[in-house]
Amino acid sequence: MQPWMKRAAFLGLLGGFGALHVSLVGMVGTFQARDFISGIVTVGSVLPMLIAILVGWRAGILQRDTDVAPTPSRALASGAVAGAVVGLVLALLCVIILNVDVDWIFVNARPQLAEILLFGQGIGVGSIILIVGGALLGAAGAALNVVSGPVARTVTIAAIVTLLVSLMEPFLGAVFRNLSLNVVDDFLYDRGGLTPIGFVLVYALVAAGVYAWATRGDRARARVEAMPPDRQRNLKLGAYGVIVVLLLLLPLIVGQRLSEVVGTVGIYVLLGLGLNIVVGFAGLLDLGYVAFYAVGAYVTAVLTSPASPAFSPELPFWGALPFVIVAAAMVGLFVGAPVLRLRGDYLAIVTLGFGEIAREIFKSQWAQPVTGGAQGILSIPPPLPFDRDPQSIYYPILFFCILAAIGASSLAASRVGRAWNAMREDESVAEATGVNTTYYKLLAFGLGAAFGCVSGALFAAKIGVIFADSFNILVSINALALIILGGMGNIFGVVLGALVLVGLPEFLREFAEYRLLIYGAVLVIMMILRPEGLLPSRVRRAELHEDEGEDDAQYAAEAGEETGKPVVTT
Amino acid sequence: MTDTMTDTAAAPAAAEADAILRADKVTMRFGGLVANKDVDFIIPRGGIVSLIGPNGAGKTTFFNQLTGMLEPTSGDIRFEDQSIVGLTPHDIVELGIARTFQNIRLFGAMTVIANVMTGAHTRMKASWWASLLKLPAVREEEAAIRKRARELLRLVGLPRRYEEDWAKNLPYGDQRRLELARALASNPKLLLLDEPTAGMNPGETAQMTALVKRLRDELDLTVLLIEHDMKVVMGISERITVLDYGEVLAEGSPEQIRTNPRVVEAYLGKQATQQ
Amino acid sequence: MPARRPIRIDAIKLILWTVGGGLILLALIGAVLTLGQGRISPSSWQNLVVAGIALGSVYALIALGYTLVYGILFMINFAHGEVFMWGAFSSWFMAAGLNEVGFMDSNPVFAFVLVLATAMLISMLVAVLLERIAYRPLRNAPRLVPLITAIGASLFLQYTARGFFGSGVRAFPGYNLFEGVIDLGFFRIDIDDMVVILAAIGLMLALYFFINQTRTGRAMRAVSEDKDVAAMMGINVDRIIVTTFAIGGLLAGSAAILYTLIFNQVHFFMGFLPGIKAFTAAVLGGIGNIIGAAIGGLILGILEQVGPNLFLTGYNIPSPNQLQDVIAFSVLVLVLIFRPSGLLGRKENV
Repeated sequence: MQPWMKRAAFLGLLGGFGALHVSLVGMVGTFQARDFISGIVTVGSVLPMLIAILVGWRAGILQRDTDVAPTPSRALASGAVAGAVVGLVLALLCVIILNVDVDWIFVNARPQLAEILLFGQGIGVGSIILIVGGALLGAAGAALNVVSGPVARTVTIAAIVTLLVSLMEPFLGAVFRNLSLNVVDDFLYDRGGLTPIGFVLVYALVAAGVYAWATRGDRARARVEAMPPDRQRNLKLGAYGVIVVLLLLLPLIVGQRLSEVVGTVGIYVLLGLGLNIVVGFAGLLDLGYVAFYAVGAYVTAVLTSPASPAFSPELPFWGALPFVIVAAAMVGLFVGAPVLRLRGDYLAIVTLGFGEIAREIFKSQWAQPVTGGAQGILSIPPPLPFDRDPQSIYYPILFFCILAAIGASSLAASRVGRAWNAMREDESVAEATGVNTTYYKLLAFGLGAAFGCVSGALFAAKIGVIFADSFNILVSINALALIILGGMGNIFGVVLGALVLVGLPEFLREFAEYRLLIYGAVLVIMMILRPEGLLPSRVRRAELHEDEGEDDAQYAAEAGEETGKPVVTT
Repeated sequence: MTDTMTDTAAAPAAAEADAILRADKVTMRFGGLVANKDVDFIIPRGGIVSLIGPNGAGKTTFFNQLTGMLEPTSGDIRFEDQSIVGLTPHDIVELGIARTFQNIRLFGAMTVIANVMTGAHTRMKASWWASLLKLPAVREEEAAIRKRARELLRLVGLPRRYEEDWAKNLPYGDQRRLELARALASNPKLLLLDEPTAGMNPGETAQMTALVKRLRDELDLTVLLIEHDMKVVMGISERITVLDYGEVLAEGSPEQIRTNPRVVEAYLGKQATQQ
Repeated sequence: MPARRPIRIDAIKLILWTVGGGLILLALIGAVLTLGQGRISPSSWQNLVVAGIALGSVYALIALGYTLVYGILFMINFAHGEVFMWGAFSSWFMAAGLNEVGFMDSNPVFAFVLVLATAMLISMLVAVLLERIAYRPLRNAPRLVPLITAIGASLFLQYTARGFFGSGVRAFPGYNLFEGVIDLGFFRIDIDDMVVILAAIGLMLALYFFINQTRTGRAMRAVSEDKDVAAMMGINVDRIIVTTFAIGGLLAGSAAILYTLIFNQVHFFMGFLPGIKAFTAAVLGGIGNIIGAAIGGLILGILEQVGPNLFLTGYNIPSPNQLQDVIAFSVLVLVLIFRPSGLLGRKENV
């Protein structure tokens, strides 16, 4: 066998394991319930297809220096081989499932799974479809390396966006119906997926947009850059204005049920912003962040709920808030002090320990007179004196999110932010440069704790009921995963991360089941491939903003990039 | 090397009179190992002084005691007549001692300008709450420090286009310059350079030597350096102290060190006799 | 102004020592009160200690995996608890299969060996794959990166197990081989507890000899001293690292079987707490130190079983055993305050 074939087959085998994994873990079966293009293909069968394309793409990367896959035709062949191997592995799985009783080990290895994978055909025809289809998809993936850059980008991005639009049917459909745009909903969506016409339309629109940007984006950017600085500034302010108006109207746009989800996302944005100070800015990996969240929630509950077991001053939410923040700072220092001298990884485990201690204590019978123990605390009043409806509770959350975002970004671009970053980069050098690392560590813990506590307070007020078990390690992991996906140190990254990792599972029932599996994969993959996150830190650009009064043409030009660049980098 | 320079530095009485830093019988023990033993050391104000010695002679240990990273087992170190023993490194930076590192240690994932501005940390006042609120005073201070950082970058000869690049992406020689700018940002009175020309080619080395001299003159600095490259040491220093086995072996002008038989035997060997 | 000596750090130390000392004092007073009340009989104490030693042996075996990897890579293999869980789960299938065909009854010793071998093999496989896929590409990355990867890998392995095998608790078929009690009159011990303790001791001795007497063991020590120098001496560092993970996996797999002997069940989340506690044990003993891990495991196991009853009953705290984990984690925090390098650790280790 020639080396390029060996390599392609190896990659195909890896992809095959990936496909086995998503099948056996149950994702294929679960997502079978959701159509991608209604009546034609389900999301469940798209998953292995995506793997075949991905493997094909990887196998077909053109390489100059080696003889592994140097020419376009060989790239296509590599892709086809890799894709076919993925298909072969799945076909073998089907053979096994249909002939051997393995579902007492792998609970999902049932005949239904084989039926999905074989597209409802028998094992003979189905296997051929799998292998040939795999080869075709693999070759298609490899073709992305052969065609020109903008074309490849257009095809890929349009496909991803279309998949997302299809997945977001529960969300977008509800939005359309809420806005009485039933026509659009009926046109685009059917039985939980895109209609064939809707699919073509969305794909074409996105592709056209992406292609235009890929080919002419530079010109548009150049035009913005050529504008005088004050016009650029107006443009930017205008953009922020539109965002703010949209944010204010959001609950009305998305309707009652989804406002609930938006509120949860907001709470996690706040949590992420706080953790971002500790982890992203200061580089202290705090896995017990949930402790702050819990303290915030419990202090609020005890002080505001009439059902609080110990004493119930029945303060309003806003009256309890100062106590929450004081409690936060104290807990932050309490957690921060013992771990000051610990190195990164020790710190992670100790804080994790703190988080678990907090939960166990809140839950224990011993603490029951104050925290309600396992029964929790009920009837916590909402922050605004209306009924507890998700649309009104959204506003306090939004308020704190904006406040936190502004606060975090001004800290990031200040003496304090630089001291934290320096500490993150090299603690002893930071100290030798004049940074009082003890002080700044405690400060990071304290401020992070304050954000986390407010987030917890809002959580308690939003849900109205709290139980100790809501405050487990997974909350910390959740917050960590979302800042890592978005990009440590970046505020927009936190929002994006929260939308993807908290928003999606909230309204996609199928997604929710595999939430933590996906978090795990996200953490590993991001760390290996892109440790700076999807949106790398903007500290650099934020600092440029401070540059007003400096009339250096070069800097003005660079600052201008800001407005021209899309929010999501690809 | 001019005779006048040798003469002024060689007169111990003059140096004694205006010492910016005085180490008095500094001893450092790690368990049974003695890294520094009764080191007496004086840095005259405004001078360029070198500390040399074979590997393991205790140079870096001594350096780390000056910067507060290690606390001497016994003895005293006085900076401008004030003991700095037991102070934390950041306190010592605040007093006016800044340093660079032998193996460059920049804040890699921070921009060049942010690196320099971090260096000015002790010269800034903005508290966390003022920064959070972005008070006018904070903005002013920030702008002033940014301006100052730019001046320093110009002074050490870093092109302006680098300003927003990540420090770790800079070429090697420029990283050394950046580290120097970061140290200078704290407005030090005494600058400690740990092998500033390590890993540089002869051209870069000559530039760095000239730069150190120029900085001393322009910024009113006192410089202490650890250096291995004898050409650099002989060309730049006004006074040299030789450490061996943690003890001071010799002290004097480059001329005296060059001709000191004990030094030649212990450390310099052929290299010095050739010069 | 800055000339003052830095009292701030000392103040923090003072607070820490006060808090830590206070906790220890409270524990001591609690112990005195409890013993004074005499509500718990001597034989219950003895049972608690034996249970603690058995559990502690399991912790010790897992802790060795942390310590070995830490000694060489200076990273905390956060996913090690999951290595343990996978061993336990896979052995369940072996045990259930053997039980189904009646092999377990007809050939109990051989069946047990088969089950043990399955767990060790699968744990080793998971550990090695983990190193190869998740950790090796990050060998030179900043410290936080491999740690976050390890957390991700831990979640991934956990929920893969949940997806593959379901989320239910599966009861382990019992081995009648180890049923029964040894009663010496003054001292009673369940046979399975005794098996656990003896097996753990045997494995630890084996490891000790492996590290100190074999070529590979010496190479491991060399790599842990200095990777670069070891590589220059002709040691294949990659292979040694894989070996280290493999040994950690083997020990975790055997720990998994011993754990199921005590608790008789498997579950996809079962690796989390033992993993964290074993890490605590490793830190308690001094991470990187093999004997330390063993001692740390035993101390933690005993404290966890005896602690709540001894320290808390005296204060009339209801259901003290609910606070078992709190005691374990408090131990971790106290160790890190008072002796961050652990009982047997070198000072540079933290």
